[in-house]
Amino acid sequence: MSLQVNDLRVYYRTLAGDVRALDGVTFSIAEGEIMGLAGESGCGKSTLGKALTHFDSRMRYVGGDVVLDDEPLPIMDSDAMDEFRFWSVSIIPQYAMSAMNPTRKIGKMIADLLESRGEDAAAMRPEIERRIELVGLQRDVLDRYPIELSGGMKQRVVMVIATLLNPSLLIADEITSALDVSTQKAVAETLIEFRDRQLVRTMIVITHDMSILAQVADTITVMYAGKLAEKAATDVIIGAPKHPYTRLLISSLPEVGVRYADKRLTGIPGNPPQLLDPPLGCRFQARCPLADAQCREEPPFVEVEPAHFVACWKVS
Amino acid sequence: MLTLDHVSKIYKVGTFGGTDLAAVKDVSFSVDAGQVVSLIGESGSGKTTIGRMILRLTQATRGTITFDGQDVAKLPRRGYYRLVQGVFQDPFSSYNPIFKADHVFGMIRSVYFRGMPNAEWDARVEAALEAVGLDPDQVLHKYPHQLSGGQLQRLLIARALLLDIRMLVADEIISMLDASTRIDVLNLLGDLKARGLGILFITHDLSLGYYSSQRTLILLRGQIVEMGATEKVYGNPTHPYTKMLIASVPLLHKKWRQVEQELETTAAPAADACTYHALQPELRGDGASAPARPALVEVEEDHFVGCIRPYVKGAC
Ligand SMILES: Nc1ncnc2c1ncn2[C@@H]1O[C@H](COP(=O)(O)OP(=O)(O)OP(=O)(O)O)[C@@H](O)[C@H]1O
Ligand SMILES: Nc1ncnc2c1ncn2[C@@H]1O[C@H](COP(=O)(O)OP(=O)(O)OP(=O)(O)O)[C@@H](O)[C@H]1O
Ligand code: SF4
Ligand SMILES: [Mg+2]
Ligand SMILES: [Mg+2]
Repeated sequence: MSLQVNDLRVYYRTLAGDVRALDGVTFSIAEGEIMGLAGESGCGKSTLGKALTHFDSRMRYVGGDVVLDDEPLPIMDSDAMDEFRFWSVSIIPQYAMSAMNPTRKIGKMIADLLESRGEDAAAMRPEIERRIELVGLQRDVLDRYPIELSGGMKQRVVMVIATLLNPSLLIADEITSALDVSTQKAVAETLIEFRDRQLVRTMIVITHDMSILAQVADTITVMYAGKLAEKAATDVIIGAPKHPYTRLLISSLPEVGVRYADKRLTGIPGNPPQLLDPPLGCRFQARCPLADAQCREEPPFVEVEPAHFVACWKVS
Repeated sequence: MLTLDHVSKIYKVGTFGGTDLAAVKDVSFSVDAGQVVSLIGESGSGKTTIGRMILRLTQATRGTITFDGQDVAKLPRRGYYRLVQGVFQDPFSSYNPIFKADHVFGMIRSVYFRGMPNAEWDARVEAALEAVGLDPDQVLHKYPHQLSGGQLQRLLIARALLLDIRMLVADEIISMLDASTRIDVLNLLGDLKARGLGILFITHDLSLGYYSSQRTLILLRGQIVEMGATEKVYGNPTHPYTKMLIASVPLLHKKWRQVEQELETTAAPAADACTYHALQPELRGDGASAPARPALVEVEEDHFVGCIRPYVKGAC
């Protein structure tokens, strides 16, 4: 078992109170697995990514534990995490590509980063060049500035940087979202390539775009309002989901081949609840067509079939 | 209804505006009443520029745009905007955050419907909201941040509908929205079309375009490279760029690899074969497409393709 997350709770401190962005999340990822993490904006996807790598100043650890390769990951202790960050867990943060330092050449930026971690950048130069080529770029991008690169080129550079030290776990947060379809495909395919070459052992690929996950992920985990709704193999989530939210979500997705005139899709009425003061029980109840009195109690996230986990009273 | 005839747009860029940037090149198409036309292209291909020229937010450098046969550049602005309106990508930025919805509607009233009695105005607002599936009590007295992205986007469409418009330019109105609400806005476009509106639906997302439009235009670097009935463009893509786009779309139920294989087995001619010149061998010439040389030739009924090297002298 490569990554295990147990009842993780991380809240944001705000003047109005705690925002319960990650409220009791339990899952595991197997060696070699690419896990897709999907869900509506604000459901807590990035919070999970940050919780496993780098707490931001407003995040508060409330409970739960994380084990990576049989070793506890001290996520609540930023100093202790220095030992793991980049070497064993690495993240490509959402918007990383727009956060690159514009005054540093790519090669220099990578060298600075490696040196700040006590690695010998000069000795790693051949490997850096090899990986730049592996993602389909020319070596000379190392001598260029970020503004000289297109979005897709930048994302591939960020991908190379985050994985230079062959981490066990890579978290890629919305790395294809701002890209055109053709570049999106190239970047998504590098994720698979890196896993297949074992440069990264496991991945969490965060995106709100289910069809990207259908292409790259082995399993998909669906989040809703700070909790997990469902986790299963990709073809099960796409083809035979069980949680009412996943079912409605999948059936609302247009796809080439589906037309308004022939088959009218429908959305999910209503909005996700506020995480400042979430409702008791199942967080989907206000929008769920199957909700009843039992749903005022919280449904547990249980394995209903081998490797298929669902949090819903009406699924067994 | 709305027709673009050999329209080009050249921006002056660089230090003293000394460099020409051809953002739109020799584009001709029309949008009829009761028709959704999707304009598909990657970032920077000129989609928004075309929308802005139609809405008279910027002037065409060459060519004419007509509405019911009249040159729109010569129509009085106010009258034109009663017929043609636009809705843009980011609903939160195109909506002043300090105004509640009823105030924003009121501004339309003070410009276009000064003398209208209250009861008649209220009925008009109610009808517009009903057309977009919003409950007046739910939205009218709210600030933008109190509404969801989907609600706000529909509110902006409702504002356009107050004017009895006949044509709507919708520029990337779906991309900001979550999957569970985007389909409702997409369906709304279908409803408006059924009421006789002509809609130019600008998007980079081919699945959204396929779902909602009858006609499709594929834009590459400012030029339409393929155009026609949606099912023909998607079913029998002819320009290499269209083929590449269609092969890159992430599908839910089919992997990229499989799509590539299918395209390889069906696509007989070499990738660099120019269908345009295969169909029209006599149309050789000076390279740049001139009014004398049509930008597109007919592949089959209601399906047109452009030259793959239109600006390279003597290339085909
Ligand atoms: N610094 C912060 N302070 C307070 N609340 C926050 C903060 N950052 C995030 N939140 C809240 O926590 C919740 C989860 O946010 P998160 O960024 O994890 O969502 P997400 O699923 O990544 O969304 P998106 O798809 O938009 O990136 C949201 O309700 C958000 O408003
Ligand atoms: N006001 C302007 N001045 C100079 N150049 C401009 C201006 N507006 C757009 N451009 C340029 O014109 C080209 C087309 O831009 P446009 O915004 O129409 O593309 P788009 O297809 O809408 O792209 P996106 O999908 O990113 O919105 C780009 O190269 C852009 O940089
Ligand atoms: S627990 Fe109840 S409200 Fe929640 S998803 Fe299941 S049926 Fe719906
Ligand atoms: Mg996020
Ligand atoms: Mg645009």
